Amino acid sequence: MAETDTLLETPLAGLHRSLGGRMVAFAGYAMPVQYPAGIMAEHLHVRSAAGLFDVSHMGQAELVGANGVQDAAAALERVTPADIQALKPGRQRYGLLMTPEGGVFDDFMVANLGDRLLLVVNASRKHDDFDLVESVLPAGVRLNRLPDRALLALQGPGAAPAMAPVAPALTALSFMGIARAEIGGIPVIASRSGYTGEDGWEISAPAESAEALAKHLLSLPGVQPAGLGARDSLRLEAGLCLYGTDIDESTSPVEAALTWSIGKRRRMAWDFPGAERVREELANGTARVRVGLRPEGRQPARGETMIHAPGGETIGSVTSGGFGPSLGGPMAMGYVARPHATDGTPIELIVRGRPLAARIAPMPFVPHRYAR
Amino acid sequence: MPELKYTQDHEWVRPEGDAATIGITDHAQNALGDVVFVDLPEVGREVAAGEAIAVVESVKAASDVYAPIAGRIVEVNAALTDDPGLINREPTGEGWFFKIEPADPAAVAALMDESAYAAFVDSQA
Repeated sequence: MAETDTLLETPLAGLHRSLGGRMVAFAGYAMPVQYPAGIMAEHLHVRSAAGLFDVSHMGQAELVGANGVQDAAAALERVTPADIQALKPGRQRYGLLMTPEGGVFDDFMVANLGDRLLLVVNASRKHDDFDLVESVLPAGVRLNRLPDRALLALQGPGAAPAMAPVAPALTALSFMGIARAEIGGIPVIASRSGYTGEDGWEISAPAESAEALAKHLLSLPGVQPAGLGARDSLRLEAGLCLYGTDIDESTSPVEAALTWSIGKRRRMAWDFPGAERVREELANGTARVRVGLRPEGRQPARGETMIHAPGGETIGSVTSGGFGPSLGGPMAMGYVARPHATDGTPIELIVRGRPLAARIAPMPFVPHRYAR
Repeated sequence: MPELKYTQDHEWVRPEGDAATIGITDHAQNALGDVVFVDLPEVGREVAAGEAIAVVESVKAASDVYAPIAGRIVEVNAALTDDPGLINREPTGEGWFFKIEPADPAAVAALMDESAYAAFVDSQA
């Protein structure tokens, strides 16, 4: 197809094609949306065994302070309300990059590797994110972009049994722990985290070793390849936001129900971009809030579906919606006016001009099973 | 069994007596992926050729299904409501969508035959 000619490829593009991956454009990359098994089978396999995802399109960078990691942590806090200075060596944390107006510039993961910070950001935002971070760095703190590193995600209850004989040091990590290790002789940096709600690891490795690493992981018992389609249905069941869809520069952390990612110390000092808006919203509440939605029956409601009060006015819209293979039914998330945001509140989703009965529902839709 | 006819919207049409049975092709179900929901037209509805009259939803997206010919909906496949996976498993059999009584019986004959449809699919690849 002509439009895929200009797309970038990850170091695993050849492997995806040899596995029968159906390649689609995502954030400027040709990525496998599914393999021959299909989204439903890949999704269910991740929930019952283990799936391997290529997420090498995501942005990786390290932040290095000449006088140590604390300088890097303090510098990063200029663009995020997360408490980076309290992040201990060997630990990873979820954070938000903020606009000066209090919108979400991106969401990201940051880990303390002891001598430096490792950042993982969304593919669609990586250049803007790294430019933003660089723009606030003081002398002595340097951002090293890592375009020559691949990122793999091994996810599911079968991930730990598969990993145990291969890299025991990684199975010793708890959720959001991170360590350097070797897998099949390949040096990796792996965090016990992911985007599916399941136990597992996100594994950073040199691009030139990525295919050997992927093949090694795929040879482990119970591990099957999984594409971006399953990644999306898994993360939605897990109630996790997709940047550019569920959160963006127009949404605040308070509206998005991501206030937990703001450090307590930061909420005392109010020393981050957009603090004015966040402070006002925490004090007075927001007009709208991100919620989960469960349509009745089997019909899914997709992104941009309007949400009405029963028989009445528009109260919001869906940002992500689809069918949850493990849930066995449709699910969605979106923003609604706060008076309608209580779990169990009946609402209507306007799908193809007809009201579809639904209720505000707690998230995650499928319980998380992290290695706490 | 009568020969299947095809449309550029990847529907098949099987003329049988006074009505034509219609579904989506194996190529279409494969492109859609796992079907989780179908929205079928009302029996008795008069439809125009090319009119979007049904919706098929897979895990990842919703797609319209069009009336290949003008006529009246005389039956829909109620089995799809409980088991939309029939569309993936038996696209040209138990996974049929609806039956249309053609306004013009000659309209079915004017659709593509199997080899013309295969050539059309190849041209789209």
